[in-house]
Amino acid sequence: MSSVGMIEQTAGKGAARYAARRRGNALGVGSNRRGGWVTYTLLTIVLLISFYPIYYTFLLASSDAPTIAQNPIPSLIPGGNFLDNISRVLNSDIKFWQALWNSIVVAVVTSVSVVLFATLAGFSFAKLRFRGRRALLVFVIATMAVPTQLGVVPLFILMSELGWTGKLIAVIVPGMVTAFGVFWMTQYFEESLPYELIEAARVDGCNMIRTFWNVALPAAKPAAAMLALFTFVASWTNFFWPFIVLGSSNPTLPVSLQLLQASYFKDYSLIMAGVVLATIPLILLFIVAGKQLVSGIMAGAVKG
Amino acid sequence: MAVIAPEQEQQELSPKDQRRFDRRQRLSRWDVKYSPYLYISPFFILFALVGLFPLVYTSWVSLHDWNLIGGKGDFVGFENYATVVQQPLFWRGLRNTFSIFLLSSVPQVIIALFLAAMLDANLRAKTFWRMGVLLPYVVMPVAVGMIFNKVFADQSGMANALLEKVGIGPIGWHSDVLASHIAIATMVDFRWTGYNTLILLAAMQAIPQDLYEAAVVDGAARWRQFRSITIPSLRPTLIFVIITSTIGGLQIFDEPRMFDQTGQGGSDRQWMTVTMYLYELGWGAQKSFGRASAVAWILFLIILVIGAINFWLTRRISGTESSESKKGAKR
Repeated sequence: MSSVGMIEQTAGKGAARYAARRRGNALGVGSNRRGGWVTYTLLTIVLLISFYPIYYTFLLASSDAPTIAQNPIPSLIPGGNFLDNISRVLNSDIKFWQALWNSIVVAVVTSVSVVLFATLAGFSFAKLRFRGRRALLVFVIATMAVPTQLGVVPLFILMSELGWTGKLIAVIVPGMVTAFGVFWMTQYFEESLPYELIEAARVDGCNMIRTFWNVALPAAKPAAAMLALFTFVASWTNFFWPFIVLGSSNPTLPVSLQLLQASYFKDYSLIMAGVVLATIPLILLFIVAGKQLVSGIMAGAVKG
Repeated sequence: MAVIAPEQEQQELSPKDQRRFDRRQRLSRWDVKYSPYLYISPFFILFALVGLFPLVYTSWVSLHDWNLIGGKGDFVGFENYATVVQQPLFWRGLRNTFSIFLLSSVPQVIIALFLAAMLDANLRAKTFWRMGVLLPYVVMPVAVGMIFNKVFADQSGMANALLEKVGIGPIGWHSDVLASHIAIATMVDFRWTGYNTLILLAAMQAIPQDLYEAAVVDGAARWRQFRSITIPSLRPTLIFVIITSTIGGLQIFDEPRMFDQTGQGGSDRQWMTVTMYLYELGWGAQKSFGRASAVAWILFLIILVIGAINFWLTRRISGTESSESKKGAKR
């Protein structure tokens, strides 16, 4: 804004305002650039592209098979069969309720576990002194680039040996702590937990684990909540491994959705009703915590 | 519970108290010394068990005749690799994977960059727009696959119905190789573009304002600023985005698997990816863990190589941009 300041001194306030406005529109400066109507129009289009497929799913889920076959472009007004289709999904043999319950159990247990272990490790990496700290942290970060999904065959053999195939524990255990989580919490602690607080707790006679529990964990709440959110979404949407190790006998939601498409592929109203049912929980989560998801991604980006 | 007691108290302790004090101090020393390792150990133990070990063991399995039901058989050396490499299906899978990967990631990064630049403006209701681009992220890939399977249906699909209105003949979204890849790339981008947009947006907002001001003084237009300041400053973030999308993209499974009801990758396997092929070898009709592992190991090496190339390319591309901007500044 320095040049505008100079204009103000030399050519008066009106000229300065004019220069500022001109610069704002034509030669926008980074984040200070005012969004014009072109930007708003384009963003509105982007928003519609984001939203429409979800609405489209609802439109089909509220329709019926003949109507869908006749109208490739569905009418924007929903039909009247939504509840009917939903109940057909619930009564079909895809074990919807079991899958819903399984998804909830896996997502909740995984999130709690990731938060606990990642916070513990993050506290250690960020605030405690020990030999090899730097190298071990670099190792953790490097593991994020390892495509561990490619180890499915031995992992499956391992789970068979343990007798865990078809059981939720086979999905929960491999996800109990993530490199991303450890890195995330380390970053957070480095920035926002002052050493003085830890020292104070130590002087007061807290041992390490009490220091963690009474000082670090409460301080980590905002970052831990975000980590829990992301872990929950990742777990809820995870398909490949649950599909392999659980199969259709004890499915999570994505696995049972797959079954729905495989068995009722001709009836899109039914399939889309299933999609709506499986997606609603995360849409609700998004409505409540979407803001946190946005700031979480943005905070992670700056650090990462 | 005092860990560090004042000196004078120590001298007045009875022998019994002295012992207790020593023991407590020793415990406290151990606590300080070993707790850090204890706290980070869950990650390392779990990674060793479910990440590293399976990956290494994959190479061992790949050297054996190994069946899903029969278990471990004879040591066969590189026979599984030889068999797999001779399968036309393997190469088709590789071709499809790369094609889908390129068709999704290149437009995705470009669109994300421009979206981020738009969101970087001083907008009203910032959070609303940001949430808007992120919305598809909460739809699971399996569901995305099912939705777009219908949108891109060859007959009575919405995509073809819309194209017909502008006079473009029906496209075989499922029957045609390239068209099916474009359809699947669309699904990937639908879910991930917003996410990457926000990452890039955050990095854009971290660019110091005076860089732009200096450029304006030098008479750089908006496009020039974007090219010479924004892009080079985003280099580390771009590398991060590209590398993560490579690792994910080359292992793609969910979306193509759900692109029709059989999950085989089309009648002619026109959209079957390597991971789908891996699944089919291991858990399909063959039940050959040996061959599935050979495929996994080959893909692993490919991902490593591509990752390295990516890293090098991204550095170079944005590197020349920034040297150009230096040249521009001299003028």
